[in-house]
Amino acid sequence: MNKTYNNKAWFFVLPVLLLVAFSAAIPLMTVVNYSVQDTFGNNEFFWAGTDWFDEILHSDRFWDALGRNLFFSFIILAIEIPLGIFIALNMPKKGIGVPVCLVLMALPLLIPWNVVGTIWQVFGRVDIGLLGRTLASLGIDYNYVRDPIDAWITVIVMDVWHWTSLVVLLCYAGLVSIPDAYYQAAKIDGASRWAVFRYIQLPKMKRVLLIAVLLRFMDSFMIYTEPFVVTGGGPGNSTTFLSIDLVKMAVGQFDLGPAAAMSIVYFLIILLLSWVFYTVMTSSDAEEGGRDDG
Amino acid sequence: MASITLDQIRHAYNPNPVSDADYALREVDHEWVDGGAYALLGPSGCGKTTLLNIISGLLHPSHGRILFDGNDVTELSTQARNIAQVFQFPVIYDTMTVYDNLAFPLRNRKVPEAEVDRRVREMLDIIDLADWSKRKARGLTADQKQKISLGRGLVRNDVNAILFDEPLTVIDPHMKWVLRSQLKRLHKKFGFTMVYVTHDQTEALTFADKVVVMFEGQIVQIGTPAELFEKPRHTFVGYFIGSPGMNIMPVRLEGNAVLLGQERLDLVAAPSVNPADRLQVGIRPEFIRLGQSGLPVTVTRVEDIGRRKIVRAELQGQPIAAVVNEDTEIPTDAHVSFDPAGLNLYANSWRVEERA
Repeated sequence: MNKTYNNKAWFFVLPVLLLVAFSAAIPLMTVVNYSVQDTFGNNEFFWAGTDWFDEILHSDRFWDALGRNLFFSFIILAIEIPLGIFIALNMPKKGIGVPVCLVLMALPLLIPWNVVGTIWQVFGRVDIGLLGRTLASLGIDYNYVRDPIDAWITVIVMDVWHWTSLVVLLCYAGLVSIPDAYYQAAKIDGASRWAVFRYIQLPKMKRVLLIAVLLRFMDSFMIYTEPFVVTGGGPGNSTTFLSIDLVKMAVGQFDLGPAAAMSIVYFLIILLLSWVFYTVMTSSDAEEGGRDDG
Repeated sequence: MASITLDQIRHAYNPNPVSDADYALREVDHEWVDGGAYALLGPSGCGKTTLLNIISGLLHPSHGRILFDGNDVTELSTQARNIAQVFQFPVIYDTMTVYDNLAFPLRNRKVPEAEVDRRVREMLDIIDLADWSKRKARGLTADQKQKISLGRGLVRNDVNAILFDEPLTVIDPHMKWVLRSQLKRLHKKFGFTMVYVTHDQTEALTFADKVVVMFEGQIVQIGTPAELFEKPRHTFVGYFIGSPGMNIMPVRLEGNAVLLGQERLDLVAAPSVNPADRLQVGIRPEFIRLGQSGLPVTVTRVEDIGRRKIVRAELQGQPIAAVVNEDTEIPTDAHVSFDPAGLNLYANSWRVEERA
């Protein structure tokens, strides 16, 4: 069969190319541009080479923020994934409870991030917040503005409240796709509740769980709005994550060069981790899809 | 192994059934003899699977009792009933090896590991999967997976019965024969009570000692394949079993004969029927002879099915089918005659029994 070559086809790709150029490529190149130069305003630029990268990679500030980010992601994954699975397992499978639960679960996901931040900022205040006042009247010394541990707890609880539903919904979708025959066979085989979970439910949820882990990891690694609204990165630098630090550096201090270098390092880390996740996911898919013909 | 008694089982999925139509199972009263091979045959939605799930305890019947060897097990759980069941789609535990799949029901019942190993190895040989024992069950073909499902049932040597819910639906046609004969061999060897649900009449007739035909939530006939063929108790059985099904034609009664349109068919004796009953005669295509004498018909179509031919014709405005040998000449002025041995009379769809 002869293929038709028609260079007009390029014309149809053009809008997408333009869109991607303006939304991704050009801004990214601007950042690259800043990262290798120094500027004092007036549109004057001086070549800086890799100095900013050197500075960033040798600054404690960057490594501390990165460490906080990884620790935060680790904690929220360790809480949200098991909790999400647990809630999904206990959600009703049929009847009026299903839509009720689904709507309840979807609610936190529908709230804009800065609103979530504001809700918790007010909720936790010691003077007027319901949570802050209640804890104070119980004699618990809680103050997210003063105490770094309280600030961390607040940010983590807020994230768990906001995002566990996503894990629940994904797991629930995996669970309802399991045919009844599996549960019936397990009953006949005398399987315990744990064995049903371990050998039927968990394997069937594996794929959606990988997606849930990937999404939650990437999202938590990029977290900005909520802690910015609640703690502003404080007290001290205790909740200053990479993104908050980046904004402080770029907008607050107007250190465009180091901020640009940091952005690129940050971008490369996310790219690397996404690639790792993607590879893990596709290889487990291939193992499952390639050999499964039944 | 055990005999299974169904004592006036009724079941409705709707919690407040009012009429018969609400019942998936209208009323089932039956005893399955220990060691028998039964096929439960019927169209989709006739209650076969419901009945099977009631026996295995996955469903609790709305009414009635189930007895195993005379002991009431209605309130017992599936696990306590000690039943094995093979489902329409193979159920395997993907993450386990073939060996672990077979060991699973035994380990759940805390059987000592040495005994587990002995029985699993024996079962691997029986289902021809010994070479696959260390493989993950996920990568197997559908028939191998179904063999594992079967093996998981058989590996417990004390099961009361094995229930099959259309187990060969997803299997390739040539593997169906292999699996079916393997199953028959196993049944002979172990002698378990076997209930086999299917909507495929060939499967039911070749497989079972007794076929239970279900229709609209009731058992309409239980019999050997020959009985179902020769004396269908209900017009549904006549129509459902056989290919093509039984010819069923409305008639009027007149003394010792019935009137089919203008034609008279003599009966052996006057049947005892209520004059208000809706009467029909049924005759299988195999019992119709085509020739120069008898009732005049108009042949509409002839289908060649290999060694035989199906003749479609019209008799007094009613479509009928006849099966004849392939070398039979189809006369231009065709007549049919009915073999009296194959003639059945139905009143309100139920067969009128001959008086002794």
